[in-house]
Amino acid sequence: MSAKIQNNKAWWLVAPVFLMVAFNALVPLMTVVNYSVQETFGDNVFTWAGVHWFQEVLHSERFHSALLRQLLFSGIVLAIEIPLGLGVALTMPRKGPWVSVCLVLMSLPLLIPWNVVGSMWNIMALPDIGLLAKVINGLGIDYNYTRQPVAAWFTIVLMDVWHWTSLVALLCYAGLVSIPDAYYQAAKVDGAKTWAVFRYIQLPKLKHVLTIAVLLRFMDSFMIYTEVSVLTGGGPGNATTFLSIDLVKIALGQFDLGPAAAMSLIYFMIILFLSWLFYTLMMKNEDA
Amino acid sequence: MAKISIENLRHSYLPFPNSERDEDYVLKKLSIDWADGGAYALLGPSGCGKTTLLNLISGLLVPTEGKILFDKHDVSHASPEQRNIAQVFQFPVIYDTMTVYDNLAFPLRNRGVSESVIDPRVKEIAGMLDLSATLHKRASGLTADGKQKISLGRGLVRSDVAAIMFDEPLTVIDPHLKWQLRSKLKELHQRTKRTMIYVTHDQTEALTFADQVVVMNNGEIVQIGTPIELFEKPKHTFVGHFIGSPGMNVLPCEVKNGQASFAGQAISTDNGSTYKGQNQKLEIGVRPEFVTLAKTGIAAEIVKVADAGRFRIVETRAAGSSIKLLLPEDQEIPTGKVNLAFDKAHTQIYADGWIVGEKP
Repeated sequence: MSAKIQNNKAWWLVAPVFLMVAFNALVPLMTVVNYSVQETFGDNVFTWAGVHWFQEVLHSERFHSALLRQLLFSGIVLAIEIPLGLGVALTMPRKGPWVSVCLVLMSLPLLIPWNVVGSMWNIMALPDIGLLAKVINGLGIDYNYTRQPVAAWFTIVLMDVWHWTSLVALLCYAGLVSIPDAYYQAAKVDGAKTWAVFRYIQLPKLKHVLTIAVLLRFMDSFMIYTEVSVLTGGGPGNATTFLSIDLVKIALGQFDLGPAAAMSLIYFMIILFLSWLFYTLMMKNEDA
Repeated sequence: MAKISIENLRHSYLPFPNSERDEDYVLKKLSIDWADGGAYALLGPSGCGKTTLLNLISGLLVPTEGKILFDKHDVSHASPEQRNIAQVFQFPVIYDTMTVYDNLAFPLRNRGVSESVIDPRVKEIAGMLDLSATLHKRASGLTADGKQKISLGRGLVRSDVAAIMFDEPLTVIDPHLKWQLRSKLKELHQRTKRTMIYVTHDQTEALTFADQVVVMNNGEIVQIGTPIELFEKPKHTFVGHFIGSPGMNVLPCEVKNGQASFAGQAISTDNGSTYKGQNQKLEIGVRPEFVTLAKTGIAAEIVKVADAGRFRIVETRAAGSSIKLLLPEDQEIPTGKVNLAFDKAHTQIYADGWIVGEKP
């Protein structure tokens, strides 16, 4: 038996990855941490502020209401997009020439840049020239998203559903086509009806895919910024001022670096916690 | 329970097959009767259409032409549920989220059977399949053979199924468990007396399981018979090749006035005297088991000897053809030139592949 040869030169091979991670995650994150515990003055003067900004943000009425709006928005969007996407995936064809047509159509909304999505819906929903607004008003419903909070919410939710349901549908579709034919054949032989096939074959087999869809949609909707910023800019009033929009107002509008940094970190912790919660709940009954 | 008859069944996977072109069809005009309570095997190489035939009988596919009758009722277009068929697939299909008990009860619950009937039935079947101990465990935690037993159990749990189909059910089972499940199947067949149709490309599985083996090739039925018939009197050289290890020796020959000859040497055969045709490709078929070393006979040269346990497979060459024979392991094997003799009763003449004197 020869002694184990120690050669630490291999560490140099991982150095590039360390550098990459450092510059793209650690350094910016630590800068934010740095700001969050200091008071900033002009001329690059910083003084220690401790947990003051965190206390301020956590007790601020403004933060609470933005957080509530954000939670409500994510909740509504998930409640619509997940069942709708699943439903669309179930009705998509599995074989034949229509498969590619459907896939292309479904991917279209996902290929459009986010600020373009915001602009499109902005133009669609403008009360004086927009097609959507004309139609709704033509039906006798008073609709003006620049003035009515409910109309603004309706428009934003509709835009998000239009933009992202495809993602859920495509994920579910991928999960559905990977179920072997034998399962459907066995179900036929066992006399299972459509509902039983969905409940005992399709839904269990889609569990992992659905978990991913919920996580992705939750994280994205919780961080939504671009489309809302273009469409309503957080208004009317503060009706659609979500956390991200509020954060940008504080950081770049008011240039309050300390509170903005503290808020960023709290925001980050909330997303991390809720994602962990979703994942744990959905994977609770996993044997393997 | 039912007698299953197939009449002139043809099947094509093409949307618009040309009925004049045989190549368009994976099954070419099959007719066959399956008696109630029989144990059948459908044996053939991959792609010969045996799974297609199985799915046509169970109702997962609708035939392009022809009829399927269950006790004289035409069920060609009926669903698997209407036909009351059970089927076990190549890969075990279980309902992951259910317990073993719920899996077994599933086909009955789907048919609205009351729980008071289901409970004793499920327990009885679980007992037969040695699943009682795991009855309340999640089915997804079982091993492959346990899962395959559940698939089988879902077929057995309905007391009125017309037949149980098996589509290569032992593919994913570990070798040492294969024989266990195979003998379990045999035992279940004897206990329940259900019609069982078993698709496989493995001759051992087919020959041990079935009373009647249906050998298929290229979308056609080549021979139906007991394992012994298939071994002793293959109707076609394909059956001779496909069944047996090693397969039958097939040698080119001539037949004149009922006398067969190979490489100029007369050979006495079982059916040579009945041959009346002409201009056909003629062959002698004799299994290695019925070839022996002799003092006189066909001159051959030993090329290779392979050990196969209690026997040795001796490969010889005679007049450009390979002839294999089986010798007991304690028999001394000469080297170089030998003479071979064929057992007359098991030496057959084949014309264009089909046995002479029996081809319809």
